[in-house]
Amino acid sequence: MQLDPREIEELAKALYIRALKLLPRDIKQGFAELVQRETDATGRTILGTMVENIAVAERTNNLLCQDTGIPIYNVTIGRNVAFDGVAMTEAIRRGCERATREHPLRSSVVHPLTRRNEQTSCGIGIPIIHVAFDTREQTVEIEMIPKGSGSENGSFLQMLIPADGVAAIKRFVIDRVIECGGRVCPPTIVGVGVGGTSDLCMHLAKIAATRPLGTTCADPEGARIEAELSEAVNQLGIGPQGLGGRSTSFRVHLEVAATHITMNPVAVNIQCHSARRASAVITPGGIAFA
Amino acid sequence: MTHHVLDMPATEAQVRALKLGDTAMLEKTLFGIRDATLIAMFDRGRTTRLDLTGHAVIHTAPNVRKVEASAHDPAGYAPLCIGTTTSIRMERFTRLLMEREGVRIIIGKGGMGPQTTQALRDLGGAYLAVVGGAAALETTWIEAIEDVDLDDLHPESLWKFRIRNFGPLLVTMDSHGNSLHAQVQADAAAKRAAILASLGASE
Repeated sequence: MQLDPREIEELAKALYIRALKLLPRDIKQGFAELVQRETDATGRTILGTMVENIAVAERTNNLLCQDTGIPIYNVTIGRNVAFDGVAMTEAIRRGCERATREHPLRSSVVHPLTRRNEQTSCGIGIPIIHVAFDTREQTVEIEMIPKGSGSENGSFLQMLIPADGVAAIKRFVIDRVIECGGRVCPPTIVGVGVGGTSDLCMHLAKIAATRPLGTTCADPEGARIEAELSEAVNQLGIGPQGLGGRSTSFRVHLEVAATHITMNPVAVNIQCHSARRASAVITPGGIAFA
Repeated sequence: MTHHVLDMPATEAQVRALKLGDTAMLEKTLFGIRDATLIAMFDRGRTTRLDLTGHAVIHTAPNVRKVEASAHDPAGYAPLCIGTTTSIRMERFTRLLMEREGVRIIIGKGGMGPQTTQALRDLGGAYLAVVGGAAALETTWIEAIEDVDLDDLHPESLWKFRIRNFGPLLVTMDSHGNSLHAQVQADAAAKRAAILASLGASE
């Protein structure tokens, strides 16, 4: 299979818009579960408004949230796929710009020092494009994540040491969730990275924060801790929008990587309740949206 | 708990009547403002021709479409998706907004801090929480973009929206020193030790 840059460009544009308008099924299911368990009156009202908003966005073909985010594209390339990597990444960038100009969308991206907004949703190093490989035959998957800033500002890294142990990892997560309160638009997905180098640890936290609900950490020890922390954060009483209630988070997700004998890094990256992502799979048969 | 309907602009007495836990619906006029707007106005000395006296500002930067200026869209922009951003980043500007521009009400998400609590108390203001991330719904409360200033900061311009039935909003910080955000934070901090113990992670 040969990747066509024009097709990639169209898909990059379509995925950005689709991600902003249609919340994934697993998140909708997550809302249904939170609504069932929420006992706080304010919390129930706010969850009701969020669920109503999902329906209004679909009915009016509008964006779920005004924050068009920092655009992230995760490209996973299977076996026996021929592609020009430079052409592919340029095509994704053009698709991102075209979505912004043609829909139109608010460009939420500025130069970090001059703060100049090019009104393209693009800039130095943005969109973020990750390329990975897997074993699927003649298959390419593109996932688009418009990462909202309210929750992205809830990002933290600490280079703990081995003597601090797992207890300090748990304390770090609980303390950061308390610190964030309502700022990160709860109910959230709390992404936790454990291990690796500092940059890998932060990246693991992002993978965790954007993992579908209903999935668990592949590492058994990691899975045990994410279950414990998921229970714990919902006892804090922060609740939807930080205005009180049980529903502080849909779930805590943990991702792990091996680390150095002297290191014990932990990172937190939070995803807001508008946990938007869209993906599509390209095969010789065509394009299928997830 | 009382429900208030406010035809904007509002008087100090109307805003001081808003108590923690009350709900409010705003009518007529709402201004949009955020980081770059406030930095320009208060750190760089820019001024606006728009009169914010007695008005409400919402922390936002909208998605808009450029259109031909008309009676309905006098600013040449049609609203597409208008929501709310996290307020706390704008904490140090609350008092300045109230003192220099006469703003009475701030609408946002996530709450604000002690400087805002003090300014609302001293100057007679209130913070009303809207549900963040519910922008498709919020957009249905906005009829038109009446005016825009400082548009070189686009989309972080100073926006003037015409609104209808904007709400319900929850009064989470009032002019009497109360903050639901501070209360929830204090409650969570009080639960911390027991939760850490249950995780085998006590200090």
